[in-house]
Amino acid sequence: MDLAHSLRLIAPEETLSIASLVLLLVAAWSGDKASRLISIVAVAVLVGCMALVAPALCNGLSGPDVAAFGGQYRADAFAAFAKLLIYGSSAAALIIAPAFFDRLGQMRAEYPVLILLAALGMGMMASAGDLLTLYIGLELNSLASYVLAAFLRGDGRSAESGLKYFVLGALASGILLFGVSLVYGFTGTTSFVGISSALSGTLSAGTVFGIVFVLAGLAFKIAAVPFHMWTPDVYEGAPTPVTTFFATASKVSALALLMRVSLEAFGSQAGAWSQIVIFAALASIVVGALGAIGQSNIKRLMAYSSINNVGFVLIGLAIATPKGAAAMLTYLVIYIAMSLGGFVAILMLKDEDGNAVERIGDLAGLSRTRPYLALALAMIMFSLAGIPPLFGFWGKFVVFQAAVQAGYVALAAIGIAASVIGAFYYIKIVKIMYFDEPADTVRGDSDLAHKALLLICAVFMSPLGYLLTKWLDGLAQTAASVLFLAA
Amino acid sequence: MGGFPILSLMLLVPLVGAIACLKLEAQAARTVALLATLIDFVLGVVLWANFDIGGAQWQFQERHAVFSSFSYALGIDGIALTLIMLSVFLMPVCIGASWTSVTKRVGEYMAAFLLMETLMIGVFAAQDLYLFYIFFEAGLIPMYLIIGVWGGDNRIYASYKFFLYTLLGSVVMLIAMLWMANQAGTTDIPTLMAYDFDPHVQTWLWLAFFASFAVKMPMYPVHTWLPDAHVQAPTAGSIILAGVLLKMGGYGFIRFSLPMFPEASAQFAPVIFALSMIAVVVTSLIALVQHDMKKLIAYSSVAHMAIVTLGLFAFNVQGLEGSMLVMLSHGLVSGALFLCVGVIYDRLHTREISRYGGLAINMPRYALFFLLFTMASIGLPGTSGFVGEFLSLGGVYQVSTWVALVGTTGIILGAAYMLYLYRRVVFGEQKNADAAAMPDLTLREYLMMIPLGLAVLWMGVYPESFIAPMRQDIAALDARLARAKPAYDGKLMIGKGAPAHEAAAEGGHH
Repeated sequence: MDLAHSLRLIAPEETLSIASLVLLLVAAWSGDKASRLISIVAVAVLVGCMALVAPALCNGLSGPDVAAFGGQYRADAFAAFAKLLIYGSSAAALIIAPAFFDRLGQMRAEYPVLILLAALGMGMMASAGDLLTLYIGLELNSLASYVLAAFLRGDGRSAESGLKYFVLGALASGILLFGVSLVYGFTGTTSFVGISSALSGTLSAGTVFGIVFVLAGLAFKIAAVPFHMWTPDVYEGAPTPVTTFFATASKVSALALLMRVSLEAFGSQAGAWSQIVIFAALASIVVGALGAIGQSNIKRLMAYSSINNVGFVLIGLAIATPKGAAAMLTYLVIYIAMSLGGFVAILMLKDEDGNAVERIGDLAGLSRTRPYLALALAMIMFSLAGIPPLFGFWGKFVVFQAAVQAGYVALAAIGIAASVIGAFYYIKIVKIMYFDEPADTVRGDSDLAHKALLLICAVFMSPLGYLLTKWLDGLAQTAASVLFLAA
Repeated sequence: MGGFPILSLMLLVPLVGAIACLKLEAQAARTVALLATLIDFVLGVVLWANFDIGGAQWQFQERHAVFSSFSYALGIDGIALTLIMLSVFLMPVCIGASWTSVTKRVGEYMAAFLLMETLMIGVFAAQDLYLFYIFFEAGLIPMYLIIGVWGGDNRIYASYKFFLYTLLGSVVMLIAMLWMANQAGTTDIPTLMAYDFDPHVQTWLWLAFFASFAVKMPMYPVHTWLPDAHVQAPTAGSIILAGVLLKMGGYGFIRFSLPMFPEASAQFAPVIFALSMIAVVVTSLIALVQHDMKKLIAYSSVAHMAIVTLGLFAFNVQGLEGSMLVMLSHGLVSGALFLCVGVIYDRLHTREISRYGGLAINMPRYALFFLLFTMASIGLPGTSGFVGEFLSLGGVYQVSTWVALVGTTGIILGAAYMLYLYRRVVFGEQKNADAAAMPDLTLREYLMMIPLGLAVLWMGVYPESFIAPMRQDIAALDARLARAKPAYDGKLMIGKGAPAHEAAAEGGHH
């Protein structure tokens, strides 16, 4: 495996690195005036990177041919699937930002650069073939994310959210690193393939500790119960475009990483960790649903909703089968669309002066003052609740189908019964928008980019989405099968 | 009809109408909704006319594998045909019933109803397990909005209760469906109807389906959402709820629980009988003491649906045919009764029984129609109610005389609460001046009442029209159930013979 080949494989990362450095220089020389231009270039770079990774997914690449730098980095179909989602949602986070920051006079040139750097780190997480690549990617992403959370320097909530995210995130990284060192100590290697073959016999206590610490650190990153406490505060405090970025791109990268580690590195010992994941899954579903009921801020509600949704994704992981992994990927695609749609709709909720409306009570009677916005938001809510014929149902369907096929009927039954609790707060939002008398708070005009994105998400979530199921399932299965080659 | 996709067209027409209604002004939306439902009714008639009685079991089949893990498969047998006919017949009546009474957000209202029609037809026509589930479950959304937006004072509570109750029932069924599809390797409903699941597993699967259908039906302990939802829903909402939505539960039993899990059905038949007997007696008694007209009819629906479940689990042809007829008849009659309530509610804006009285004096024609539907609800011979109840209780009698005895009290109690209601509303003296001043039926109301009345009489006088299409399917179901048929509890024995004959024989010996 020569260097030139490796360098060819990491073309998307190279592009992103160079682009972010160049744009950083542009930002430094021309200041905030150029921020819009930098954003446009950044979006173009991300789209270009999507084009670079797409062939790997379409051709279902896997194995040593696509392993760069001695297996530390993989450019396989799974990484490509995750990167398409990551780059796509990063681009969306850039597109929705100007309308939000311009009004506050905070549209600074650092924003697109930070997003690019975070996307670079996330791509590395999805491509990691080694615990050290994993950690570098994770930290690159996290450091950019901490700054993004605190991007509105003048706003107390934003600063608080950034600080909280940093302190707790650093702690989680520490826990993860500790787990990594234990795993390395007991297996003698940091590469996933090496760990997988070293773990073939009975597990020593030290390895078990290592696995648990690694999983705990990653559970923090995906905001699974019991490591979810930071989510509502960070989601509420961070500027809404940044929250969108956290809820979409960050979620995908952390889950992709978790899948890589659990199924590739620890895949031969699924019995050791699947109970932990089952607990985290069910606890996330229940806590996410119960926590959301009392919320009065819609961003906090979406935070709990994301905890709830991670629970469903984890059910796919707990069963540790190729179908389960494919179901997780399908769920992620649909969840990203719903989340993106949800946050774009939240961005469009503005009062007369253009200030953001975040109180749920202010949505009262939205269906009469802004019928299309209300319709889109209602679709998102029913879709998140998993009510057919909206496409959100399909995500839950494939996850539970995989669970039942793997013989986890009880897990599926409990999980789906708990989803009814979640349905309660989703239909509460619909009730407020459709049944209550209009509060007429939401009056501000919406940006064209927001409208376009919301329309795309709404069409995807409508029953028309089912026409994509064949294609989506095929891609997800191709991508997921890569993780099971070693086993 | 060859390969013409008439079922897809029937799904498409209301859907297009619904999308159009969203953008239209009130009067235009009403017209479009009426047109769409009438077109669908005409299509329904064409469907019925082209249905080949005695031909293939599944007709008008369409199958396109456009989705992953399930396919877009439609097709109907006689059972589905009659229920689709019921739906398309009631929909124009629903639109008519809300012509003047709904004044706010008319476009959205009509859109919700048309969407509902698409989903109802879809439920009855789906031939794929998951497609059925999607249609079955999707009905929650428009119904939630109909109750919540256009309902009465306590509509929020009723809409939540309706939504969460039915959702919880359905998701458990989904897990069972996933398991079945995995086990049998197909999602095709006709294939699954002939698949023999392990009797031990059948128990669990049956319970999972029961959780969903019992709530939809609704059966005794989980019926409490129905009175709330009915009272709070607008008139047309009640018609569609009682007329068609409740039938989805019965359809579920006859399409899934019975043919797919015959052993488990036999095993649980005593439970069904017990719950149905309680329901017949208890809800009839509750109906007797209601002050609210809609609540009374809602409770009577629970009692009638209990007779349906009795007949279904009798495991014989009479019981099954009777249950189907009770469902069809109840769809027409309860729809008509809710319409009758709606007519006077539109005039006085109260459902309180004591506010009315002596309507026979100022609304004689209304009183006539109300009487017809009251009698049909009681089950007077010559009306649709009689045929179904007689057949299903006759079927039950072949299984258990005691259950039939208790079930029949439902008819007596039914007569009691319905006649009591009728006396208080229509007869007696005119207590309130405003009730006494109400005008008689308008042309629009005639146009809704007359078809309903004719259908009720048709089904009462010549039920063969409705039994003929489903006879073959019921016979097939009966054959499928034969192996699990419970024994008759009556101890029939040959009597000692006539004394004269005996004496003669004895005389011969001596």
